[in-house]
Amino acid sequence: MTRYILRRLIAMPFLVLGIVTLAFLLTTVTKGDPLAAIVSDRQMNDPEAVAAAKARWGLDRSLPERYVIYVRNLLTGDMGTSFITRRPVAQDVLFRLPATMELVIAAMLVGSTIGIALGVLAAYFRNTPTDHLARFFALIGSSVPVFWLGLALLYVFSVKLGILPGPGRLDPRAALPPRITGFMTIDTLLAGNVKLFIDAVWHLILPAFVLGWAVAGTISRLVRANMLEVLDREFILTARSKGAGEFRVVIRHALRNTLVPTLTVIGYSFAYLLTGAVLTETIFSWPGMGSYAVDAARGLDFPAIIGVTIVGGIVFLVTNLLTDVAYVIANPRVRLG
Amino acid sequence: MRQEPLFSVQDLRVSFGRHGHQFEAVRGINLHVDHGEVLGIVGESGSGKSVGMLAALGLQAKTAQVRGSAKFRGRELVGMPRRELRTLRGSRIGMIFQDPLSSLNPVMTVGAQIAETILLHNSAVSKKAALDRAVELLALVAISQPDRRIHQFPHEFSGGMRQRVMIAMAVANDPDLLIADEPTTALDVTVQAQIMDVLGDLKKRLNLGLILITHDLGVLAGHADRVAVVYSGEVVEQAGIDDLFERPSHPYTRGLIASIPDMSEEKDRLFSIEGAPPPLGRLPGGCAFHPRCPQVQPICRTAAPVLRTYEGHSASCHFADIPAEGAA
Ligand SMILES: Nc1ncnc2c1ncn2[C@@H]1O[C@H](COP(=O)(O)OP(=O)(O)OP(=O)(O)O)[C@@H](O)[C@H]1O
Ligand SMILES: [Mg+2]
Repeated sequence: MTRYILRRLIAMPFLVLGIVTLAFLLTTVTKGDPLAAIVSDRQMNDPEAVAAAKARWGLDRSLPERYVIYVRNLLTGDMGTSFITRRPVAQDVLFRLPATMELVIAAMLVGSTIGIALGVLAAYFRNTPTDHLARFFALIGSSVPVFWLGLALLYVFSVKLGILPGPGRLDPRAALPPRITGFMTIDTLLAGNVKLFIDAVWHLILPAFVLGWAVAGTISRLVRANMLEVLDREFILTARSKGAGEFRVVIRHALRNTLVPTLTVIGYSFAYLLTGAVLTETIFSWPGMGSYAVDAARGLDFPAIIGVTIVGGIVFLVTNLLTDVAYVIANPRVRLG
Repeated sequence: MRQEPLFSVQDLRVSFGRHGHQFEAVRGINLHVDHGEVLGIVGESGSGKSVGMLAALGLQAKTAQVRGSAKFRGRELVGMPRRELRTLRGSRIGMIFQDPLSSLNPVMTVGAQIAETILLHNSAVSKKAALDRAVELLALVAISQPDRRIHQFPHEFSGGMRQRVMIAMAVANDPDLLIADEPTTALDVTVQAQIMDVLGDLKKRLNLGLILITHDLGVLAGHADRVAVVYSGEVVEQAGIDDLFERPSHPYTRGLIASIPDMSEEKDRLFSIEGAPPPLGRLPGGCAFHPRCPQVQPICRTAAPVLRTYEGHSASCHFADIPAEGAA
């Protein structure tokens, strides 16, 4: 198993290089003038800025040379400067990454918990009203667009009922905790401010639920199908004949046997969550990479777009690696083979 | 008065389906087994052997309805609360199933599965002690290097070995009754004999009541004390094993005996009973076996035979060589 993980780790840099190369090619093919991808329209009139940019990115050199310079700049963490924020893109992206990760991880927890619970219930009570209800609930999540769901839930729970807070990561009147990890839930705890922590969790619920509901649908459908198959297998009868209770039979014996495909679908749903985060962040004014990407796209902020692409790609690669490692660990047959 | 048997089944009926489309898979069977006794249940595939025994232990499918009575040490199992039934299953009553390849949980180690059976019924036992006991149990069913084997997964065992693991699990809590549902059907002949020996040995050692379900009467020879022959959800003949082989009273039993593969004589063709069992829910009138019976008479088509018993040998055939009740 360690050899397998090692192999995958060795492959990582090459995959990252692939993403970088794609991103680089994007800068060269999108616009006739590569300068336009680095320098904003306003700065174009400033000969000093143009010259500086040209030197930094080697724009007067050949394409291969430029590629080498680009990669070298990247290795020092230089992704260029955002047209909109005027800050280094790397700094912008790293600043916003934790907010997105916090949202996506929360959504994943919500989505897999709901998805697994619904799938198990639907399978155990197959063809009963419980099953139909669970499947209907899952269907809503995976068929209603995120922005509609987000706006509707925000309207109902925040505006109408006032149970949950509105957009944002914290009460706007609250003082921000010192930034340590960038995860609001963690930073508030590290600051020892429980009230603020609760506020952060409270703010996280609605966007995480909106984003998680969509993957809950996919996960529950897969879990239901797998559970139906496993519940009919003979070892389930064996477990009952041993005197195991129904809860134990369903969770320890049946669900445990669907773990491998379940983990896989949860892992791969990460890609969906990353893209879904773009819309969710916009609706919930969530200061993450998604809303940053939307602003960048609106403003044709090429360095920012490419920076988001590269970081998003790396996050995606890492989660895929983690998914595959989890797959190996959860599957005794693969683990030993 | 006769003492209550260890396990007895009276007029057990299991039906499937609803809304008038019901059919009975088990149509009133009567059996009993005592400590140290082996009861064989034999019948073709689909005759209701498994459904009947599972229903007796409350393990029937959700869609099944169970009527009649199944008593274990005098306690009625049909309708017993689930919680109470669970304390018997795996503890006082062990079960083994047909397919050892699929009856063990593929993602749990063999040791964990055996230990689970112990822990489920003995809250005072530690995990460590349960695993130690699992090692002993594997040794009991003659698996070598048991201390190493308990850490392996089922797919690292052969079919015969897995069945031994199932047996070890079924007897983990020293049960009184062991129900083995075609324990050797999925195994090849030499392994079959080994598994039967393990079962016979355990029966003696633990003084178990053993119910051996099979569709091969030959498997029971030399192992069972009594045999119940099941056809289409009914016991059509029941007798001591020697008695049954010497004086089979039901034509179906005679067919089963004739179809036992004979190793000594080179027969050209194996005898088999002609035709197939009737589809459930569309049983023929009269005797259920009459469409396939080589000795069928007009009365067989119209009247269902009653079970007649004489000196512990019972059969339900109009022409059974058994005196009618009271003639004894
Ligand atoms: N859940 C169920 N729903 C409907 N019918 C069922 C169900 N389970 C079993 N049956 C039917 O009940 C009948 C008896 O099945 P059972 O499994 O008891 O046969 P068996 O004697 O054990 O045969 P085998 O030797 O193949 O194991 C079969 O016709 C089967 O199709
Ligand atoms: Mg069966």
